[in-house]
Amino acid sequence: MALTDNIPPTRSAPVGKLKHGTTWLQRNIAWLTFLPTGILGAIFIYGFILLTIYISMSASKLIPDYTFVGFEQWERLWGMRRWGIAVNNLFLFSGMFIVIATAIGLLLAILLDQRIRAEGAIRTIILYPMALSFIVTGTAWKWVLNPGLGIESLLHDWGFVEAQFDWLVRRDRAIYTVVMAAVWQSSGFIMAIFLASLRGIDQSIMQSAVMDGASSWRIYRRIIIPQLGPAFFTAFVILLHMSIKSYDLVIALTNGGPGTATDLPSTFMFDYAFDRSRIAIGAASATMMLFAIAAIIVPYLYSELRSQDRS
Amino acid sequence: MSDMVLGKQSGRDKLFRGLVYVILGVFVLFYLTPLYVMVVTSVKSLDEILSGSLLAFPKTLDFYGWDEAWNNACVGTECRGMAPFMINSLIAASLATVIPTAVGALNGYALSLWRFKGSDLLFGMLLFGAFIPFQIVLLPMASFLGWIGWSSSLTGLTFTYIVYGLPFTTLYFRNFYVSFPPDLVKAARIDGIGFFRFFWRVALPSSVPIMIVSVIWQFTNTWNDFLFASTMTKLESATVMVALNNFVQVANGVKRYNVDMAAAIIAGLPTIAVYLIAGRYFLRGLMAGAVKG
Repeated sequence: MALTDNIPPTRSAPVGKLKHGTTWLQRNIAWLTFLPTGILGAIFIYGFILLTIYISMSASKLIPDYTFVGFEQWERLWGMRRWGIAVNNLFLFSGMFIVIATAIGLLLAILLDQRIRAEGAIRTIILYPMALSFIVTGTAWKWVLNPGLGIESLLHDWGFVEAQFDWLVRRDRAIYTVVMAAVWQSSGFIMAIFLASLRGIDQSIMQSAVMDGASSWRIYRRIIIPQLGPAFFTAFVILLHMSIKSYDLVIALTNGGPGTATDLPSTFMFDYAFDRSRIAIGAASATMMLFAIAAIIVPYLYSELRSQDRS
Repeated sequence: MSDMVLGKQSGRDKLFRGLVYVILGVFVLFYLTPLYVMVVTSVKSLDEILSGSLLAFPKTLDFYGWDEAWNNACVGTECRGMAPFMINSLIAASLATVIPTAVGALNGYALSLWRFKGSDLLFGMLLFGAFIPFQIVLLPMASFLGWIGWSSSLTGLTFTYIVYGLPFTTLYFRNFYVSFPPDLVKAARIDGIGFFRFFWRVALPSSVPIMIVSVIWQFTNTWNDFLFASTMTKLESATVMVALNNFVQVANGVKRYNVDMAAAIIAGLPTIAVYLIAGRYFLRGLMAGAVKG
């Protein structure tokens, strides 16, 4: 690989020839510097991805068995009831998580954009959960949602003697507690994305709308929110990516339970790959997760890098 | 700054403005309540927790929870509290912060200011590595570490963090250096200023802000990691998140919520401190990791 220069004016005259006495090393230093990382990436990212996909097509059970069996394990995976539950939960979880976190994030950003007193302090408070580990968050919410001593007993104290709030231990409701904690943790970040986008909007259009006597509500609905398209897209990609990868929060809050009620593909994967030692099934589920992420991230990265080049 | 403010034009809009503050106030409470509950629970006696209200302020301050969590809490068969695991986390997080940041700075510099054939493609491919679900590398990584004799060790875990941190740090520095004026690099090259000299004299000194971003990101991410840590460590080498989860989940007898909460606060304190000290850079890291711009 020769050192070619992407900066247009020098394209006609390769840098190597500009200065006499440059050595091979000097001309090739850039890619040589990147080489170690490149090798690590080739092995630990791409090599390992291919290896996992191969394991998912092998006869491995408790111990690796590299006999190739094609898509047999994938078929087995998709036939499993528990995998079905995990995938279903992921749809339910990510759907609610994305919609609620986006709505709260947008609302908070709009409110904070009203020249609020103590805006900095409020922003700091809204965003701090993002700095916490999901394990810490899960531990805290598990205590708050505890049916005996948590919110339920608080409601009793306030006079709602009949009140019940045992979602954490109810099969049909536990997934909503995961959504709640996830929204609590991540909505501040979405607020920051929308706020940055709001602050970037051209003020002159709004000025003239105000002159025309349009109401604030109308201005937001007709002029401002439509301009937030890219921010909505970014928020969507981030939240979807987060929900597919969600693992720690579920482990700390419900541990996938009660039963398998809050199982997600990520917890399913870990359970089969490490605890149940059905390696090929675990690898197959990880492969599905990768495909889901790649379907979102690859087009996103492509468009981001393209738009960067144009600017 | 927005010149258009809800409630500027008419008297009734005063009400609107009040409403804005009320809604914000409710959300502030929503975000603060879990933290408040954690803190007050951690300084209550178990009796008071079981008899009193979730939100009540402690009648007497009782630091039993903190003492137990720090000194005696049992994780598995180890009853030495959270302290040893904090040290494990600190070692892993420090190395996984310094090394990838240094390497990422050089990578980003090479990929942006000294582009070579295929450098954009290589960057794109490395970038993808920042977004993969790590479940996809978990099985081979565990076997690999076993194969080179680093299984269930802090060394192996730290190595894992370093390798998978590189895409992020490279991304930060690459996108930072890419906005450097091209003429500066061109002039330097014509003057015969070499690759490393330019990096050391010009590029690196000007990249303090992005260095802070990278350091904060790597530290917070490795400190908070659970997936790798729970796969790659055993009891002695466990990080604080693995220890916390183990400690809270595996309860023998009566749950001691005050100890649980104190342990959770201890585990969360370092990243919260980083956030409070350098929140601006924390947010910038989040945004750069999401909006690659």
